[in-house]
Amino acid sequence: MNAALLPNDAHDADLLAHAHPPDWVNPPPARSYNLVVLGGGTAGLVTAVGAAALGAKVALVEKNLMGGDCLNFGCVPSKALLRSARFYADVSFSGRLTGGDPIPSEADFAAAMERMRRLRAQLSRRDSAERLRQLGIDVFLGAAAFVDSRHVEVAGAMLAFKKAVIATGSRAAQPAIEGIEEAGYLTNETAFNLTARPSRLLVIGGGPLGCELAQAFGRLGSQVIIAHQTPYFLPDEERDAAEILAYSLRRDGIDVRLNTEVKSVTRSDDGKLARLVNYDQDETIAVDEILAGVGRAPNVEGLNLEAAGVEYDLKKGVRVNDFLQTTRRNIYAAGDVALAQKYTHMADATARLVIQNALFLGRKRLSSLIVPWCTYTDPEIAHVGAYVEDARERGFRMKTFTVPMSEADRAVLDGDEEGFVKIHVREGTDTILGATIVARHAGEMINEISLAMVAGIGLKTVSQVIHSYPTQAEAIRKAGDAYSRTRLTPFLAKVSRRWLAWSRG
Amino acid sequence: MGYFLRAGHPANGLIADSSRPGAPCSIAATGLGLSAFIVGAERGYLPRREAAARTLAALRFFRDSPQGEEPDATGYRGFYYHFLDLATGRRIWDCELSMIDTAILIAGILAGACYFSAPDDDEREIREISRFLYERVDWAWAARDLGLVSMGWKPKAGFISYTWEGYSEALLLCLLGLGSPTHPLPAETYRAWTATYQWENLYDIEFLFAAPLFIHQLSHLWIDFRGIQDELMRDMRCDYFENSRRATRVQQQYALRNPKGFKGYGENGWGVTAGPGPGFVSQREKGGIERQFYGYVARGVPFGPDDGTLAPWAVAASLPFAPEIVLPALEHFQNTYPQVVEDGLLTSFNPTFNTGDTGSETQRGWLSPEHYGLDQGPVAIMIENFSSGLLWNLMRECPALVRGLSGAGFRKRGGRPIG
Repeated sequence: MNAALLPNDAHDADLLAHAHPPDWVNPPPARSYNLVVLGGGTAGLVTAVGAAALGAKVALVEKNLMGGDCLNFGCVPSKALLRSARFYADVSFSGRLTGGDPIPSEADFAAAMERMRRLRAQLSRRDSAERLRQLGIDVFLGAAAFVDSRHVEVAGAMLAFKKAVIATGSRAAQPAIEGIEEAGYLTNETAFNLTARPSRLLVIGGGPLGCELAQAFGRLGSQVIIAHQTPYFLPDEERDAAEILAYSLRRDGIDVRLNTEVKSVTRSDDGKLARLVNYDQDETIAVDEILAGVGRAPNVEGLNLEAAGVEYDLKKGVRVNDFLQTTRRNIYAAGDVALAQKYTHMADATARLVIQNALFLGRKRLSSLIVPWCTYTDPEIAHVGAYVEDARERGFRMKTFTVPMSEADRAVLDGDEEGFVKIHVREGTDTILGATIVARHAGEMINEISLAMVAGIGLKTVSQVIHSYPTQAEAIRKAGDAYSRTRLTPFLAKVSRRWLAWSRG
Repeated sequence: MGYFLRAGHPANGLIADSSRPGAPCSIAATGLGLSAFIVGAERGYLPRREAAARTLAALRFFRDSPQGEEPDATGYRGFYYHFLDLATGRRIWDCELSMIDTAILIAGILAGACYFSAPDDDEREIREISRFLYERVDWAWAARDLGLVSMGWKPKAGFISYTWEGYSEALLLCLLGLGSPTHPLPAETYRAWTATYQWENLYDIEFLFAAPLFIHQLSHLWIDFRGIQDELMRDMRCDYFENSRRATRVQQQYALRNPKGFKGYGENGWGVTAGPGPGFVSQREKGGIERQFYGYVARGVPFGPDDGTLAPWAVAASLPFAPEIVLPALEHFQNTYPQVVEDGLLTSFNPTFNTGDTGSETQRGWLSPEHYGLDQGPVAIMIENFSSGLLWNLMRECPALVRGLSGAGFRKRGGRPIG
């Protein structure tokens, strides 16, 4: 296995029993499979389970842990940790919720990590090798390699297939920083093994992972410095959102270093020394641990893709067309290994698309997907659809309906008034092109916008949907209301006034 | 006006950044001061001859001061360092060569060239040096990826990685750069700069969004945007003047809502913009409210940062856009917080910040101990623009701006060309 589970306690043993049972015996291969799935992460699991449910004979191959990055090293453990961290932040700022003095507290880092491992093990049952076996899927644990475009070899067994899906996922990219390999560093694959809190932590990279974990570790008591190479966090997001995030991290006591490059790392008696360069400022800091979140690398090595005629790039991953076919048409790819948008829900969505295209002559297009995403900082930052630059490139104007969260009563009552809902529509219409939401529960709220976009519902209709009061999602309806008010032109207002005057008699 | 008369160096014409003793020259304050002298000459605060002499002193200084890569030069490639030693005019504090501050200085210089149109030697020399200084600025050199203009440069480190993009005070910078007959910005600059413009509907007001109030004012000190439109404004059936009017009303609407419960905010208590503040400290109020205060930051609405600091000077600088809400607000400030008007100068204050004072409710709080040229210039110029349109009328004939506006795609309503 690539990544080891530590501290290898009872929870880890429980996880391992589900995700990679030590006593697992691979089944004898069937004569031929409708579908061989390489990878037991989200994309692989959804593909295999979905195809099997539809009657396909399916084999799934996993060399490491079932559940993949999401369950073992990604969304699941990080969100468990973020929840504990959010609790401690609420306690630290309890005055805004209780009206009284703050409640003294000190985060129990080890307990929060153990809670995370317990919950991760609990959720691993759903993705277990045994469960898949019970669903009629042949699960092979071991490294897979293509023999040709119709055969895969795994642990000495030859699997013949009509169609195959490469869903081997991605891993943390290695940071290109002098001395960091020798000094040692954490990634998302090792950070969740910690049992003791690092007193001083340097987080390299201000993408979603870096920002989330910087905030979590800071709230759990580490002194955190986050160094990000460009002027704004989350380079793909709207600037307002990135600025709110920077202020939020500073509010949590995190030392924010934007526009800052980590040039080198060395070991010393005082821990790890990292040299930070911000334009003409050159500073060396001492930390106990370094967490690198500098991007993802697709898992394409060792699969002998050449033998199958599948083209790939070491950075961009497996090359696919809009139908998720690789350069060998009977072999598909789904999830992180082929996509720029490396999200669990994207792995899930592309897996569903592959089932239809690979097994049922479907022609579903990757480009037709409307994909939301969310960075689970506090506040969360969620987005779906187009940004203003996209509209400009496509040659039309965009209008943005903005509602500060402070306009939603529930947000005020919850002490969550930081943030906004911005819904972008095509100028002159109520067609929703996209949205950005910054709010404590933005990840939940963005789904309403995604639904509207998929269903072709305009902002006017959103305003007509009754939203429970008081909820934070009311901010979305208020954006719809704002749109509706723009339709009351001076002429219509005049007509309305005259009608009402006439009605009074 | 009094600020610029007091803060100007008698020999070199440079103007101090603030009223703090020992404050260095700010090139932006100098540019604003050069325009304030025009207002002063018209209004009788100083004789025209003295205004010309002060202007000429500054222009000669900028013409003759060192331009080069040495670390203590005054400028490089026609641009100038953000802060200069007030007496020697040399770079201080390892500060950056500032493109936006140079643009403000150049705008002031060009205004002088338009105003001092008499045939006498002094005024002729003002026109000649002004032209020389403008044409020396190598705007093209400062253009980076996509034609976006860098925010700064230093001799050893080179260009800083931030560029001007999205609506901001750099509209002035783009227009002056596009209008240069010698080193113009590339044609793609304006399109790239406007690519991230956000047209927003906030509080039922539609406008081109920018959070700090001063952004909606600075370019307007010298340019009358009424009735002229670029591509965006044509599409949105608006113009930048009307946009600033709306942005001013957004400020009032934000203060009426007062989401963070700051003292002094309301119908006539508004004006959140970049500027000084109480400092980077936090305070706890009764009811468990923990407030974070800031020093000099780019405050804005509605997403902040906002720590309860109000800038009456910025309210005054919106006078031409929305006099019906600005005049009552100024009256309110004067009546309720007389301490913010000192010797005729408006200063920033924060009535929420607890200084430990025990005076009356409206006398407590933080009061900026200094006046800034960047605050006082817009006040003087915009009051004059509101009253007579002096700077707007002068600059309407400025060839650089006519070329710049045309290059950016501005047309009069109905499609007629600028100029």
